[in-house]
Amino acid sequence: MADEPRKIAFICSKGNLDMAYPALIMGWAALGNGVDVTIFFTFWGLDLINKARVDHLEIPPVANTSMKMSMMGIPGNLGIPNIMGVLPGMTAFATALMKKKMNELGVPPVREYIQMLADAGAKLYACKMTVDMMGLKKEDFLDGVQDIVTASDFIDMTEGAQIIFI
Amino acid sequence: MPTRTYAGKTVEVNEEGFMLNPADWTKEIAVEIAKEEGIETLTEAHWKVIDFCRQAGLASGKAPTLRTITTGAGVPTKELFTLFPKGPAKKVARIAGLGKPEGCV
Repeated sequence: MADEPRKIAFICSKGNLDMAYPALIMGWAALGNGVDVTIFFTFWGLDLINKARVDHLEIPPVANTSMKMSMMGIPGNLGIPNIMGVLPGMTAFATALMKKKMNELGVPPVREYIQMLADAGAKLYACKMTVDMMGLKKEDFLDGVQDIVTASDFIDMTEGAQIIFI
Repeated sequence: MPTRTYAGKTVEVNEEGFMLNPADWTKEIAVEIAKEEGIETLTEAHWKVIDFCRQAGLASGKAPTLRTITTGAGVPTKELFTLFPKGPAKKVARIAGLGKPEGCV
């Protein structure tokens, strides 16, 4: 048993740009340390592996109390008022800002990250129920996605794994 | 600090076995650390990665991250994980006589 590698499984349920990265970053770190990685994409999380959606993930400033002006270089702890967040273009603006900051840190876009994880041996699965509900097919997903599986399959294949829900 | 002897040379290492002084490193030491990491023979492809890490590590003072290696050395992710299976991030850094990689990508 001592030779069994540690196993981590992530459940990605969110499709916003900021919520896409935690599993990708931790999953990549885990693979680099020799940990077995499985990622199950469910509900909005399917956007991360959906060819038509993956390059268009966004971060909305509305109802996000952590968004501060300081992110745009204005000092202090001043929040972006929610009423401003509903203005046309604010979501696109926040998204562009985040993408720029990530790029400066050398963090790849989500599409590339998914490919890196797949190449490094992560097992990527789409949730069957959500896939059926959204009328998607295997061809709609990025090549790194191995299969569409049920919740029960996921439970079976992650026996002994540490599970992180995002 | 603990020490270990590789290829007849005694070097200082930290608790996790990473060499403390990159200047102590030699190719012979790399061969022995690789064996400890389960890599019996270092091929030309391994050396391409190790040489890149040495250059990058000595230039920046830090061990390069996996993505720095794949983009910088031009080694695809799949190949890197095949050359240094089960945890290339730490393995490569150890074999190259550098510290644990800093940075998340």
